[in-house]
Amino acid sequence: MDFSWMAWTLPTALFFATMIAFLLGMAVWEYVSPGGAPRIGILRFETTRGDRLFLSLLGSAYIHIAWLGFVNLDLWWATALSLIYAYCVFRLV
Amino acid sequence: MNKTWNNKAWFLVLPAFIVVAFSAIIPLMTVVNYSVQDTFGNNEFFWAGTEWFKEILDSDRFWSSLGRNLMFSFIILVIEIPLGIFIALNMPRRGIGVPICLVTMAMPLLVPWNVVGTIWQLLCRSDIGLLGYALARIGIQFSYASDPLHAWITVVAMDVWHWTSLVVLLSYAGLVSIPDAYYQAARIDGASRLSVFRYIQLPKMKRVLLIAFLLRFMDSFMIYTEPFVATGGGPGTSTTFLSIDLVKMAIGQFDLGPAAAMSLIYFLIILLLSWIFYTVMTSSDAET
Amino acid sequence: MATQQSPSPAAATSVAHVKREGPKFSWIVPLVYIVFLMIPIYWLVVISFKSNFEVMNSFSIIPQDPTLRNYKVILTDSSWYLGYVNSITYVLMNMVISLLIALPAAYAFSRYRFVGDKHLFFWLLTNRMAPPAVFALPFFQLYSAFGLIDTHIAVALAHCLFNLPLAIWILEGFMSGIPKEIDETAYIDGYSFPKFFIKIFIPMIASGIGVAAFFCFMFSWVELLIARTLTTTSAKPISAIMTRTVSATGMDWGVLAAAGALTLIPGVLVIWFVRNYIAKGFALGRV
Repeated sequence: MDFSWMAWTLPTALFFATMIAFLLGMAVWEYVSPGGAPRIGILRFETTRGDRLFLSLLGSAYIHIAWLGFVNLDLWWATALSLIYAYCVFRLV
Repeated sequence: MNKTWNNKAWFLVLPAFIVVAFSAIIPLMTVVNYSVQDTFGNNEFFWAGTEWFKEILDSDRFWSSLGRNLMFSFIILVIEIPLGIFIALNMPRRGIGVPICLVTMAMPLLVPWNVVGTIWQLLCRSDIGLLGYALARIGIQFSYASDPLHAWITVVAMDVWHWTSLVVLLSYAGLVSIPDAYYQAARIDGASRLSVFRYIQLPKMKRVLLIAFLLRFMDSFMIYTEPFVATGGGPGTSTTFLSIDLVKMAIGQFDLGPAAAMSLIYFLIILLLSWIFYTVMTSSDAET
Repeated sequence: MATQQSPSPAAATSVAHVKREGPKFSWIVPLVYIVFLMIPIYWLVVISFKSNFEVMNSFSIIPQDPTLRNYKVILTDSSWYLGYVNSITYVLMNMVISLLIALPAAYAFSRYRFVGDKHLFFWLLTNRMAPPAVFALPFFQLYSAFGLIDTHIAVALAHCLFNLPLAIWILEGFMSGIPKEIDETAYIDGYSFPKFFIKIFIPMIASGIGVAAFFCFMFSWVELLIARTLTTTSAKPISAIMTRTVSATGMDWGVLAAAGALTLIPGVLVIWFVRNYIAKGFALGRV
């Protein structure tokens, strides 16, 4: 079976490897302490740590896209901003 | 219901996971790969970095497709939701009228989407169409192929024809679940028709209306086939919505890189909207 | 959720006597709406009975010189009628696959909690919401790599992308309405899981299966973009074949209309069979 059409590159492969690592990490975490630490944060509804990870990743994607579209600085700044954002999500939401 | 923890349940879900993942994850990964590369065919790819994303975000073409699509979703929601509720309120509750209404109203939902486009083309053409011909007779030259306004009227009317029934059937299902005793009580209290609607019917329909609203929004946000067949996205680009633009770019011009970048931005918008959909729905379920 | 409140026996008898009277002319509203729905379909059927000459050169509400020529073209040309066979084939395959796979999955979601269940459910639903145009881009290559291009099973599998989540969603709703005690009693009585599932559980949610099958049929039948992308000749659906009527001499409107009119028939038949379940399925609000 030929998969060359998928046109893998090192950066995208690393990206997906990170995503899979995140998922596995969450599964292990869930196994160690089940329940997902639900709480009601500033969004006023219950979130588990899985939800917080999802919000962090989705928000980071939006930050990167917005950075590409509207700011002319290097993209690493967006990554730094995303990390701060993810930290806030895990603390507050 | 109190559910028990059992991780073996994963084995029951696994086949579903594999089948959906096959058609969802592999293509998505491929789209991500395409979005950072350039190609001239022959499976030869060159690294392009974030070039395509910049190009899409800087292009008027993307923003105007997005704007048109939001506009379209807004218009059809404003028409279909109140109209659907109004029709459902006036539908018969028992007798021979019920199956007749349900069957005829469900019909547009079962028409293949390209046939929907064909039907409206046949109806609106001024040379052979019933509507177009009738309008021409009273002096209005209706031409969805050359006048952007007429094209919009056609596309919106088509969507109203196609999907209002969904809102009707959902609202109707919400209405028939109201026990007769409620109406009786309201009558004893001498409630007006308006307050019956406001305080009895509307609250009972809340959940199904929420779902109708969100489904209509999501589906109109990814509409492709009907306008593609009826107007082809024209005249010019006046009815080119996001999906039409995307397919034009990917298949018409074979610009895989930009098309992939646009797919991803589109997908991110959908992902956020689905998440809001899911959150609102589960929290309203938790309330009831 | 959609559980109906059952009034007490006394209340039920008194309710039976009450005749709810709406405004006298409320039937006009659905009537007008149905007329609005039927006009375009009527026009499609009218054109399908006209010759192209009549379509182009004269205008009449009913065919002046009704002809079956357009239907004859479709029903005698295998490249036309095989389109219907192809469409029906992959729609039925999709229905069977979706239901077989969705049943155990819906059972798992309605009865158990497991690692990542909510996120899995959400991810499945996003596939119902995602535009096919986003995925269709590499679909051709994906299915080529597995040698499935231009087969019915390819379209059936691809349509699972949105039908399977939908079927799971609908079935989960129906299954949640069945008390868990029934499962437990059956296990105590010595039923194994497969035996319980097939002998007891499936008959109990038969109407749910009917509703799920209806929606799988509906969404697979109406879809064009994916079906067109994955087929070239031998599995080409009728909707893609219809674009053929553009010929050198212009549009063959009569044949196009006849082909369209014929695509309405399976839908009407299916609606008629499930008419009593439709409202129930919609009541769950899971479309």
